Amino acid sequence: MNETIFTEYPEGNKLLITRKFDGPLPLVWRAWTEAELLDRWWAPEPWKSITKSMIFKEGGSRLYCMQGPNGEAHWGITEYSKILPQNSFEAKDAFCDENGQINAEIPSSQWRVEFSKVDDGTLVSAMNTFASKEAMEQLVAMGVKEGTVAVHKNLDQLINDIIQ
Amino acid sequence: MSPPARRDVFQAIADPTRRDILNLLVKKELNLKTIASHFKLSRPAISQQIKILTDCGLLRIDQQGRERFCYLQTKKMKEVSDWLEPFKQAWEMRYNQLDSLLDELQSKPK
Repeated sequence: MNETIFTEYPEGNKLLITRKFDGPLPLVWRAWTEAELLDRWWAPEPWKSITKSMIFKEGGSRLYCMQGPNGEAHWGITEYSKILPQNSFEAKDAFCDENGQINAEIPSSQWRVEFSKVDDGTLVSAMNTFASKEAMEQLVAMGVKEGTVAVHKNLDQLINDIIQ
Repeated sequence: MSPPARRDVFQAIADPTRRDILNLLVKKELNLKTIASHFKLSRPAISQQIKILTDCGLLRIDQQGRERFCYLQTKKMKEVSDWLEPFKQAWEMRYNQLDSLLDELQSKPK
């Protein structure tokens, strides 16, 4: 398994997530930019990612729902502002309702995702920029809540199994 | 006058040299001279970074005879990793799923 590297840039309220994938760049690009593929990995198990609509072009957006194991539904919208095919894209990610109406009470964040070819795969660098330190902490906590309550239980179980 | 510099864990780890110093000290305590020998920077420059780390509460300096040793304050370090830990796990999970998807797509190309 390849290592995921997290780098914090507190001065700019940024988090960089870097990871290598064992697949050719065009395929990794598709996995990030085509709804049916994106839905197959975007939500950490047992959550499900369901894309309601997606237009991957500058000015377009992806409206999606994160469905939890207990019927929770959190809607999100990703608005694509800049796309350099097979190279990088920039987007704004916000919370919204099922019609894509942005919830202004929850801060949004900016993404810049870069793809580069390396010897035996593809390197993906995702820079996540927040409006403030508070926004960063809030969103990290929310993203975590959304995706990982169940994950945590599984992990805890796994860790327990290992140390027993 | 510029506002007083932030002196917390996040400020401490914002600088690559400071992160490198912390990484050195994860393994064991070191004296200032040994720390400086790992860097191309001057001794005073390293001392300055160590002072910032001390001010941020991540390092403790202990005088032992004629030498000054730096110790990592691991409790403070945990503050950083704890905060991001669930976020990291979510991304690990996500990316492991992406690995599986890429495997699958490559084993039976369209």
